[in-house]
Amino acid sequence: MEHRDYIGAKLGMWLFLFTEILLFGGMFLVYAEYRDLHAAEFHDAGKEMSVVIGALNTVILLTSSLTMALSISEIKRGMKIRSLLFQAATVLLGAVFLVNKYFEWSDHIRKGLYPNSPELLALSHGKVLFFGLYYVMTGIHALHVIIGISVIAFMLVLTLRNRISASDYVKLENTGLFWHIVDIIWIYLFPLFYLIL
Amino acid sequence: MDESTSHTVGTKTFVATWIALLCFTGLTIVAARMQLGQWSMIANIAIASAKASLVLWFFMHLKYERRLFKFLLFVPILTISVIIGLTFFDLWYR
Repeated sequence: MEHRDYIGAKLGMWLFLFTEILLFGGMFLVYAEYRDLHAAEFHDAGKEMSVVIGALNTVILLTSSLTMALSISEIKRGMKIRSLLFQAATVLLGAVFLVNKYFEWSDHIRKGLYPNSPELLALSHGKVLFFGLYYVMTGIHALHVIIGISVIAFMLVLTLRNRISASDYVKLENTGLFWHIVDIIWIYLFPLFYLIL
Repeated sequence: MDESTSHTVGTKTFVATWIALLCFTGLTIVAARMQLGQWSMIANIAIASAKASLVLWFFMHLKYERRLFKFLLFVPILTISVIIGLTFFDLWYR
């Protein structure tokens, strides 16, 4: 049997995830400071957000995390077909999340609330900051969802070709770790932008 | 293969984690509607952190990893906490 360093592979992935936490952490810091300075305006701007779509997307991402975790436990048991189905379900749920995001963003853009729009610039400073942060933070998060979907789709192909199997699944496990971090970031984005008080 | 990496978590554990996450999502929406004033922000961040911990502990297998992984996670969390804490110290007491 060839030598494999599972601990090393996972440690490397966790270190990468720490840089992701710091990337979003910096944006959360900016959000926290501007929210503190413009509390009332953030509150008003937050009313533009649809709690229903936000909650729906939260449920979708949480469920996709479940299917991701199950796809790994199934491949460990040697259940290739089941693992493939759970991976496909994860890709599908990620895609549904993005479709919701598309409708949400196009609704804001139709109302003229997009970066640098005349309508937005006519609003108060705090509201401009709120929408700026909203677009940057959910936008970079959505980019991570797109990357996650692409990597899981690639893992699907590797599983089909038996390159990921009960005896060698660390690639799928690391992909799962990335997908869960994307979920965790959304867990924080949801109350900060949709449930703002 | 090391036994800590080959631990297979049961389907039941994952489904139970998922149900708990959905309950917390409902709870955070209720907490936001309750007009708790200053406390609502704290309540929502606390609930989000509880959800994040569940994902880390069970979905990301941290429960079954060696101590090094658990310890390392504190590095970015502590870094962010210190940066945000010091920023607010400056913001509020300047």
